[in-house]
Amino acid sequence: MSDELIRRVISCIAASQKLPEEKITIDSTFEELGIDSLDGVNILFALENEFNISIPDEGAQGIRGVRQLVEALEKLIPSNGPADALAQES
Amino acid sequence: MSRRRVVVTGVGVVSALGRNAREFWQSLVEGRSGIGPITQLDVSALRFKNGGEARNFNPAEHFDQKQIDFLDRFAQFALVAAREALKDSGVELTPELRARSGIVTGSCVGGKITEDEGFQNLYLLKKPRVNPLTIARSMGNAGASHISMETGITGPAFTLSTACSSANHAVGQAFRMVRDGDIELAITGGSEAPFAMGNLKAWEAMRVVSPDTCRPFCKDRRGMVLGEGGAMLVLEPLEAALARGARIYCEIVGFGMSSDAHHLTQPSVEGPARAMCAAMEDGGLKPEQIGYINAHGTATPANDPTEVAAVRAVLGPQAGRVAISSTKSMHGHALGAAGAIEAVATVLALKHGILPPTANFTTPDPECDIDVVPNQARRAEVECALSNSFAFGGLNAVLAFRRWDG
Repeated sequence: MSDELIRRVISCIAASQKLPEEKITIDSTFEELGIDSLDGVNILFALENEFNISIPDEGAQGIRGVRQLVEALEKLIPSNGPADALAQES
Repeated sequence: MSRRRVVVTGVGVVSALGRNAREFWQSLVEGRSGIGPITQLDVSALRFKNGGEARNFNPAEHFDQKQIDFLDRFAQFALVAAREALKDSGVELTPELRARSGIVTGSCVGGKITEDEGFQNLYLLKKPRVNPLTIARSMGNAGASHISMETGITGPAFTLSTACSSANHAVGQAFRMVRDGDIELAITGGSEAPFAMGNLKAWEAMRVVSPDTCRPFCKDRRGMVLGEGGAMLVLEPLEAALARGARIYCEIVGFGMSSDAHHLTQPSVEGPARAMCAAMEDGGLKPEQIGYINAHGTATPANDPTEVAAVRAVLGPQAGRVAISSTKSMHGHALGAAGAIEAVATVLALKHGILPPTANFTTPDPECDIDVVPNQARRAEVECALSNSFAFGGLNAVLAFRRWDG
């Protein structure tokens, strides 16, 4: 789990939910952050745009916190691994 | 003001279950789902591929080309369903009756296909102008206006848009206008044609649409499936219907509304429960009289257990005896037309003494532990029935009907 990926996910959540980044950690749960199901689809939309990926419904259901979300994204970010994908994106 | 009794004397339906009410009822009784691959447009860029399309609907059978130019698909459904309902009622629209009749329709999204076409021309094809009929075709009240122009009905006509409750709110208002003596006849229902790419993409982004089919109340339900179509009912005062020797389907006895004041998309138990109570109270019905409920039953993870909890809260011990089915499992979720399509299903269930099933049923969900009439229609002479609609935005509308024994 790269620090860069975690940083970008947290930044995405913060921007989408209008929360200060420092309130969000890798161990934050959505419940703690006051994120409900509709907020959740907004975050997924922000992440799809950020990483230019498509997140399937199946993978998205049951995600309850930041760590789970980062783990799910690691599997979806394309072929040559998160580091390269991140490099290409940035 | 004295309250008049109101009856349903005509029905019309265009849906994934056929071109008319007869085909619709046949499919419901057989428990045959009309959900299948979407064919009206290329859905390769969508995560879901299935819908409840009115596949056998051919506009050219109903309209000449000049008329079609003026009618978005959702307005075509409204007009065809209204024609069928009116013909079915056998009522003669005399000049006096036309002036004393009303039209109330529901639609959630209006003419999305027309709008999409305009946006494609503008943004994709970079054309400098759009079709001048875009506004007139896509306005939410287009269905009501066309019904008025074709029938010559000149009393109140309007359209309600309350997402998935639109048609129930519409039928409820029409019912009250007839009951209160404002009008002598109503054509009321809803229509919807949501299969436009912009709208489908919006539904995809909400992540509430099932990738396969609609399995209400099942443990393995995966969300709703969109449907299209239109349904209309003719409502008349009981006395007028009897006087002209009309065939009466059933009595419409109550209408209840509430709002959740809770969340844009998450349902609550209390709001729907209050709307059901209000409909029963309006109709003077006790829980023991309710034998069937046509559920909102979208098959989303959130709706179904919430709705079952609301039914239990309202009916108490009677919840152990009531049958509740979601016909969305067969015709899909037709949004602003849903309440009207389901009202017709409920009316026909009372008339024929057969309860349509919840199709595609696989595994029971302990959280939806109630009799959902799985897969097989059932013969049952129930006295009264409710039809539930609960909209995004927390707006609830429930209709109550009573069997007519003549």
